[in-house]
Amino acid sequence: MSQTINIRPITRIEGHASIHIRLDDNGNVEDAGVNITSLRGFEKFIEGKPAEEIPKIVTRICGVCPWMHHIASTKAVDGCFGVTPTVTGDLLRELMLTIAHVEDKLLHFFFLSSPDFIIGPDADYSVRNIMGIVRANPELAAKIVKMRQLTKMILDKFSCKAVHPIAGVVGGFSKPLLDEERKEMLSGMQKVLDFSLFTIEFAKKDIFPKYIDLIKSIGVIKTGFMGMIDENGAFNLYSGKIRLMKSNGDYTDFLPEDYTDYIAEKVLPFSYGKFPYAKSWNEGFSLDIDAPKGIYRVNTLARINVADSMTTPLAQAEFEEFRSVFGRPCQETLLYHYARLIEAVYACERAIEILQHPAIIDTNVRSYAEPGAGRGIGCVEAPRGALIHDYSTDDKGCITRANMIVGTTHNLGPINMSVKKTAKTLIKNGKIDDGLLNSIEMAVRAYDP
Amino acid sequence: MKLRAVSETLNACSGCEISILDTGERFYEILNNIEFLHFPLLMDHKSCIKTNGKKESELPEADLGILSGGIRNEEHLEIAKEVRKKCDIVIAFGTCATHGGIPALTNSYTNQEVLSRYYSTETTDNTSDYPDKDVPPLLERCYALDEHIKVDLYFPGCPPHPHHIYNAFISLATGKIPALPEKSVCDVCPVLKKGKIDSKNVKRFLAPPQYNYANEPLKDMRCLLEQGFVCMGPVTRAGCGGDNMIPRCISARVPCQGCYGPASFNGNQRLDLLNALASQGINTGSLPNTEFLLEFSGAHNLLRPRIKLVRK
Repeated sequence: MSQTINIRPITRIEGHASIHIRLDDNGNVEDAGVNITSLRGFEKFIEGKPAEEIPKIVTRICGVCPWMHHIASTKAVDGCFGVTPTVTGDLLRELMLTIAHVEDKLLHFFFLSSPDFIIGPDADYSVRNIMGIVRANPELAAKIVKMRQLTKMILDKFSCKAVHPIAGVVGGFSKPLLDEERKEMLSGMQKVLDFSLFTIEFAKKDIFPKYIDLIKSIGVIKTGFMGMIDENGAFNLYSGKIRLMKSNGDYTDFLPEDYTDYIAEKVLPFSYGKFPYAKSWNEGFSLDIDAPKGIYRVNTLARINVADSMTTPLAQAEFEEFRSVFGRPCQETLLYHYARLIEAVYACERAIEILQHPAIIDTNVRSYAEPGAGRGIGCVEAPRGALIHDYSTDDKGCITRANMIVGTTHNLGPINMSVKKTAKTLIKNGKIDDGLLNSIEMAVRAYDP
Repeated sequence: MKLRAVSETLNACSGCEISILDTGERFYEILNNIEFLHFPLLMDHKSCIKTNGKKESELPEADLGILSGGIRNEEHLEIAKEVRKKCDIVIAFGTCATHGGIPALTNSYTNQEVLSRYYSTETTDNTSDYPDKDVPPLLERCYALDEHIKVDLYFPGCPPHPHHIYNAFISLATGKIPALPEKSVCDVCPVLKKGKIDSKNVKRFLAPPQYNYANEPLKDMRCLLEQGFVCMGPVTRAGCGGDNMIPRCISARVPCQGCYGPASFNGNQRLDLLNALASQGINTGSLPNTEFLLEFSGAHNLLRPRIKLVRK
């Protein structure tokens, strides 16, 4: 007898999603996928509002990565009003975004994903979580909680509000950084850098080798990749061009302003979230797990795949080691976790670099803005991938039209493919248990949706 | 014995749950007092597993139901009702749950308007079919929790401050009803107030406010409302600053955004602010739009789609 299984919600992810699996008469997978069950409609309801208010509204798209929406939005509003932020305003925005990346990676790796590896993919569900790590390895757990909190409080203390920030403003930043605050942040980020290096060593020694079979089997699909790079083709989270790479490694670079020439989105009946694809490849759209069309991935592994190099020394060393072992582009989905830890090292190093920039403590943090008609496209790398905010304003400076493509949305096609692939590999003759279903969710968790 | 708790996220961003984690090392202490039975951001217990439509897993019974987010679709409604049924005390956790929050801005539009915009942006391929398979149908609008279920404790904030989360959880675990600030943001704001607004017109926040030097104490900075900026302080519930109470936005030298919802529970942040300004002789006509003054409290029918008159 055929069977349909619905699991709600997918757990240890930040968004709202469920899984459906359909088995045929023999108990083998006919279809499986992920339903994005939430639709809020920011594109519609920011219309009519004064544009300078929008960076404080769109933060609520995501409570885990509000900084990225906040900063992409300030950039888009700058564009609408034709303002260039001051050098220091721009540096402070990048500093906050970069530290927020670190915090996000520690949160995702340790609180959401690592229980699958540290406690085990088929351990009892009641202990497969951060509380389980607290019991199993209290020393490690204490370090994790302390370091994540330190990072979060560095953001919170200076910006005054780390969850749903308000300090990024049109024209720059709302307040300057004092030298004593700079020194304190620098010493904090040095500790977090040490912890990030400890984490990647720990994962390279105790996690990735142990789970190499799972890495080779769970959610592996063959797709293209997309991510931001600087003028030299090096990794960048804050500004630059977008590189769109095919699965064979060929790539095209484009300016974020031209995104509509390269990306289109499909609407499918089983998900409120849309499905972006590379329309510039002129091959159409298909989620066929063996022969996808137009499908590219974003987020950590994508960024590491498209970049030619890293701009900071310790991250560059990790990057070289990763590439020498896994090649380019690397397709193993669970290695998103590895790439995430390389990025954590980069983000710590980059934050320290910015904190040593002579202009960081300048008090000229904000340019004056005049409301007016225009269009602005703000793009940054969010933890979950390239984030695009595109607004138009009327002559009063109110929003007339908005389009946003958020990190996870780019990955919805690939997440569906990885889930289907994993379900097909693991489910045989209708045999299903909790550990197996969790392995399917692990394919989702790697993308950190 | 520990209190047993269920946490669920409805029409929200997970920021409230992140704020629970932002209690940092005190999170351990919370865990020593409260046993979470269901907490999707951190734990793998499922609210629903169905085989051929038959439910095999459901929410457990608990002492505390912690619900963040408003109610926007049938799944949210189903979960909210089940949490109400299974839990002795239900907490509306965060401003989305208490007053609709930012997502309730959608209430100025019909579902048709929202869907037709989202599924026709410049990057979206043409379609007239909106998703309807294995996704929960939208309700007519975004509701605060108490429009559908009885709420025992209101815990506003976007997100609620970790200090207050810690205090409240520990109070509840020792059998006490937590005390939350009941003043307005202005009541606890340390800035320099002279009792008169300098500008005849309301100013948009397009340039920095006036203050004298980078680390000038807030008590020496002139009140941002008195400088003429739209500041929601007088009509907004205090609490964002945590134990020390200093409002967060003001500390960043940004006008209060209003994220804790109305100062008096049934207040109307838009009307109350416009009235307060008008009574001081301030021209609010310079504001191109006032809907955003309700950006945290658009549920309870305060924001509604504009009626369009069609001449027959």
